[in-house]
Amino acid sequence: MGILSQLAIVIGLSFAGLAISSAVPVAIPGSIISLVLLFLLMVLKVVKPSHIKDAGLFLTGNMGFFFVAPLVAIMDYFDILGGSLPAFIAICVISTLATFLATAFTVNAMVSLQRKWSQKRQK
Amino acid sequence: MMAEPFTSPLFGFIITLLAYQGGIALHRRFPCVLLSPLLVAAFLIIVFLRLTGIPLADYNRGGDILTLLITPATTVLAVSVYNQRDLLRKNLLPICVGSLVGAATSVGSVLLMSRIFSLDKVLARSLLPKSVTNAIAVELSTQMGGIPSLTILAVLITGMTGVIAAPWLIRICRIDNPVSQGLATGACSHMIGTIKALEMGESQGAMSSIAICTTGIATVVIAQFL
Repeated sequence: MGILSQLAIVIGLSFAGLAISSAVPVAIPGSIISLVLLFLLMVLKVVKPSHIKDAGLFLTGNMGFFFVAPLVAIMDYFDILGGSLPAFIAICVISTLATFLATAFTVNAMVSLQRKWSQKRQK
Repeated sequence: MMAEPFTSPLFGFIITLLAYQGGIALHRRFPCVLLSPLLVAAFLIIVFLRLTGIPLADYNRGGDILTLLITPATTVLAVSVYNQRDLLRKNLLPICVGSLVGAATSVGSVLLMSRIFSLDKVLARSLLPKSVTNAIAVELSTQMGGIPSLTILAVLITGMTGVIAAPWLIRICRIDNPVSQGLATGACSHMIGTIKALEMGESQGAMSSIAICTTGIATVVIAQFL
């Protein structure tokens, strides 16, 4: 499929996500709705991987590029960040370690639980 | 008359392209996780704007157009989960529970520590979505009353921490299940961590890229209750 048709599918879905997001009463970002929408359409084989291959590769392969401008805008917030920067960094670091450990041990527990279940079923 | 060309959106376009290319080149030359092309590009542009005195608003005329692509870039994250759908089905329970616990730990620990450090409210709100990939974090940040630029900085710091810490946490705590290794790396350090997870092995990388989406969605769910 041509690149413009691919973009039409991806941007069309993104717009649909935004439209749904503003229509429903709960606060869900439009991009999350369009992500789930695209996943469902792919599972239902309505959208095939080949339909969006190049657009997908371009967008995910250059992800960082799209965030440059919003990060540049940080220059307007240096005052707010100012003296809190060390705390800001410390919170990020400590919370990341906690998140890693909590997730890893939860997944460990769930995997062994799953194993026990399937062993029971086999018996 | 001199300032006129800088008010064209093309100015923001070209300077972003050049700065990002510079960031990629520097990262290739010195492949250190702290030298992320995104961080380097933003730094170069801020220095350039400060030196020339060109207002941020002029830069944003072009920059805002590029930022528009964040939403479609989030949408296509679905493709990587679709490609791993067999692995997702096989490990549905660990993935769902693990992502929820991971997202809750991230949000909960930020809330707790923001209190302890008595951090400014706007800063705390900008930190909340920090374990989620930028695409989802930026949207959540706006929704929860944070500042997207600060959130992106938090997401970057978090990603770098994950990349540095994950391998030794795995060793010290003897986490030898590849599913746990991948999911935990992706849950705490999203896209940047996934690159590291891919180095650990194929299934770690796959789990990590699933975790980017699932913890993102889990954080959106948790955000409903805040």
